[in-house]
Amino acid sequence: MEENSKWALEYLGLSDINGPLVAVDGLRDGGAGYEEMVEVKTETETRLGRVVALEGSRAVVQVFAGTAGLGLSGVRTRFTGQPMRLALAPEIVGRIFNGAGQPIDGLGPVYASRFDDINGSAINPVRRQYPRNYIRTGISSIDVLMTLIRGQKLPIFSGSGMSHNRLAAQIVRQAKLSDEAGSDEKFGVVFCAMGVTKDVAEYFRRSFEESGALARVTMFLNLSSDPIVERILTPRCALTAAEYLAFTQGMHVLVVMTDMTSYAEALREFSSSKGEIPGRKGYPGYLYSDLASMYERAGIIEGAKGSVTQIPILTMPNDDITHPIPDLTGYITEGQIVLDRYLDQQGIYPPISVLPSLSRLMKDGIGEGFTRADHPDVSNQLFASYAKVSDARGLANVIGEEELSPTDKRYLDFGNRFEREFLGQGADEDRTIDESLDLGWRLLSILPREELDRIDEAVLDAHYGKHGTV
Amino acid sequence: MNDTIYSVNGPVVTVRHTDSFSMSEMVYVGRAGLIGEVIRVGADVTTIQVYEETTGLKVGEPVTGTGSPLSATLGPGIMQNIFDGIQRPLGEIAGREGAFIGAGVHVDSLDGAKTWDVTLCVKPGQQVSGGDVIATCPETSVITHKSMVPPDVAGVVSWVAENGPHTVADVLCKVRGDDGGERELTLAQRWPIRTPRPVKSRQPIGRPLITGQRVIDTLFPIAKGGAAAIPGGFGTGKTMTQHQLAKWCDADIIIYVGCGERGNEMTQVLQEFSELEDPKSGKPMTERTVLIANTSNMPVAAREASIYTGITLAEYYRDMGYDVAMMADSTSRWAEALREISGRLEEMPAEEGFPAYLPSRLAAFYERAGCVQTLGGAEGSVSIIGAVSPQGSDFSEPVTQNTKRFVRCFLALDKSLAYARHYPAINWTQSYSEYYEDLDPYYNEHLGPDFVQLRGRLLGLLAEESHLMEIVKLIGSDVLPDSQKLTLEVARVVRVGFLQQNAFHKNDTYVPLDKQLHMMQVILHLYDATRRLVDEGVPVSEITAAGLFDKLVKMKYEIPNDQPAQFAAYTEALDKACDGLLAKRREGAGAPAHAEGK
Repeated sequence: MEENSKWALEYLGLSDINGPLVAVDGLRDGGAGYEEMVEVKTETETRLGRVVALEGSRAVVQVFAGTAGLGLSGVRTRFTGQPMRLALAPEIVGRIFNGAGQPIDGLGPVYASRFDDINGSAINPVRRQYPRNYIRTGISSIDVLMTLIRGQKLPIFSGSGMSHNRLAAQIVRQAKLSDEAGSDEKFGVVFCAMGVTKDVAEYFRRSFEESGALARVTMFLNLSSDPIVERILTPRCALTAAEYLAFTQGMHVLVVMTDMTSYAEALREFSSSKGEIPGRKGYPGYLYSDLASMYERAGIIEGAKGSVTQIPILTMPNDDITHPIPDLTGYITEGQIVLDRYLDQQGIYPPISVLPSLSRLMKDGIGEGFTRADHPDVSNQLFASYAKVSDARGLANVIGEEELSPTDKRYLDFGNRFEREFLGQGADEDRTIDESLDLGWRLLSILPREELDRIDEAVLDAHYGKHGTV
Repeated sequence: MNDTIYSVNGPVVTVRHTDSFSMSEMVYVGRAGLIGEVIRVGADVTTIQVYEETTGLKVGEPVTGTGSPLSATLGPGIMQNIFDGIQRPLGEIAGREGAFIGAGVHVDSLDGAKTWDVTLCVKPGQQVSGGDVIATCPETSVITHKSMVPPDVAGVVSWVAENGPHTVADVLCKVRGDDGGERELTLAQRWPIRTPRPVKSRQPIGRPLITGQRVIDTLFPIAKGGAAAIPGGFGTGKTMTQHQLAKWCDADIIIYVGCGERGNEMTQVLQEFSELEDPKSGKPMTERTVLIANTSNMPVAAREASIYTGITLAEYYRDMGYDVAMMADSTSRWAEALREISGRLEEMPAEEGFPAYLPSRLAAFYERAGCVQTLGGAEGSVSIIGAVSPQGSDFSEPVTQNTKRFVRCFLALDKSLAYARHYPAINWTQSYSEYYEDLDPYYNEHLGPDFVQLRGRLLGLLAEESHLMEIVKLIGSDVLPDSQKLTLEVARVVRVGFLQQNAFHKNDTYVPLDKQLHMMQVILHLYDATRRLVDEGVPVSEITAAGLFDKLVKMKYEIPNDQPAQFAAYTEALDKACDGLLAKRREGAGAPAHAEGK
């Protein structure tokens, strides 16, 4: 009765083909395991697939490369007895793989030192280490107001046509683990493209190349013309590679995943072809758990030197932040960086909408011993003061700027300069934490001192008006 | 009989043509022995939900029943522990499996090797019934564990073990029932998690759960034995509020359930609570805390069970006579787990894909809160504070709406407040507490009649402000008469100086009730005093320029919790400044000299 995976049977013929799914009948008991890998062979080629449902003697298999060209007869199916695994070795750094984890850079196969299940396992919360160390991106708004922490998952919520790719590329180029040089910590990037165009993938590749970062980037590319079902594997392959590099090789890995919206749409397509009951906007009811199974793979574990930090990028359909994809993402990730179309149209880069943006982990990774003692105060006050700017602007729209009170006028001035000088910065401009914080103080000094109600008097004495004027 | 798997679909497994299983029975699935629960029994097909990853499961693998429903193990060793959704200790799992959680790990909920210093409280020949305490042992330095007769046992004690070290499996005493049968009672017992533990009677609610958070204690109090919901979109500070409540509320025991939330957050709770000193005992907070962590990437069926595991542990400690507070973060994830499993069962969906039984499940959960007289005669309570994560921050979605029907305290978190970094971002116009009447006698007795009356004024002031703000948004504040400008200024003091609370400031993270009262008194005293000034014709801009309002905004930081006497100095300084302004006004207006009497 016991099956032997080495001598696994091949089943001849299919009984049903529906979208990316095929059904194989006549399996004996124990012939196939849930979620195990399947080889679907025709006379000319072998396609990979995965078991997605088992019922009696029938197995439903999802074929990654699509089912075009398959017929009911003449197809042989072999169950491998293994979940989908990725070949891993230290040499994967600098390589390019397709969405299913096979090398496509012409440099031949990976000589694997190990194979890992791409689905990963949940990190035991008692073995997680709470993330505390920040990553300096050199972008004022991110460093001061929504600091990126090692082991964090901080998505960029964007919309079609906005400069999220430029921002992500800049973060990758400028990201530094610490300001001091000579640190022996290894830093790497895993880039995961899901359903992006060839141009975008090429943009990233070139931008990594120009900055000399390409040698430390591992790329997983599922372009918009590639099979949609493979897209469901792409982030899992990328994260398996990232976990390997971080927890086995001791590297600090930054994973950039773009575009999560394409991923979720692929999942919806797959779910509906399986005939599942749809939840909100047709997305499957398990979208939250599914997204979480990827986002939660960020983190630091005790006893391992490295860390996995994620920057997923998603384009909000119709710029709607309440759409299920950004909504569920926001509930899982530790904050979000939201881009704003109005700022983008004003020519402000990066067009970060400050008020809805947030880094949940920053409070424990900034301030004395990390960035600078006054950082939490500056950050709180900038948020609070900028929130008042929109009130003043709203009022100015109604009653006219001249009618505003002197304080409200100062808020308008503060708001405009904050957007132009603090948010706005060049795509190559790399600001240190000190520069960014001093700039923050210069801007705050535009406002009357009594308006700064989030800051202790002693801190105000030390900094208010002390960093020059703008 | 040999029962084998017929189909596998995500966490749902079926077995055909069997009558070996009963509804809600716990089963072992497959060769790995994954833990599952029977959720539907039919003549043809029996359906099982599996609490672990089903990857690799095959048709034809065995399924074996355990004969009992999914149960929690109740005994010493629960405190300070961290469990997954089906009460497996995560520390133990990490010891065996390393940093990642594998499937099919079998560990006991409580450490079977550890001995506890047990003192027996019963003697042979004594008549006992359900809920009577048979033995006690110190569980942590602050919690005494009481081992009780299970609710379904009654009779005469026929044998008692010696005092001294015992493990959780040791028999402490034997009870001969009326029917002549003898039951052995061990230190630890089991209880099915989906069944509420019985009580003698429910008691009326009359004590607040004091949280040290001004906006909650003063404006929207939660009662001990009550149920509260904290809904809010992402980034509004649900988890932060839950953490603050867990840290500071005056319950004896905290059960914190991280249900489908972030792993890093659970680590943060673990770490912060072990560093945080319990204000009551000076010991680490963990000594009276239990964590249940079923993060969002852990199996979805166990997420569904985690809420029940949590409430069962809470009820167990309640039965010992403790006040227990359970935080559930977030009940929406639990509801989504229901939806996910319901979808796999191909049940007919109701609103937004949620199953039609969502309201009844929510009701059954929140009804397990309460102030009770236990079977043993003690008084205990379970308070539930559930976070809700509405889809798209829209409070009209099914989980928020249905939760609203079953809780009496609703603390609505507001995105725009959070954007302005007004924390806790509890919106005072959307939130409510129905516990006022139940709790007013307590406030009157402990803080004097002022408290309730001042709260009424504060709420009135805030309501007036939001009304005025409608006008200000349209035409600016300059056109308002001075009396209304004053209302806006004082309301700002209330918002910034009273409602906003800084969780990271040592004087502000927790504020005792008497300081809350003093703060209200000073603020409203300012209102009265400045109102007189305005009536006399002093412009509001002058009062503002004198720094009166700003001074009060900062008093929360400047007056330590243990020095309420300093408030008198504030009132005095206020009065003096007001007199000064008035005098100046009268001088300027050519008023007679008698105003300068002093």
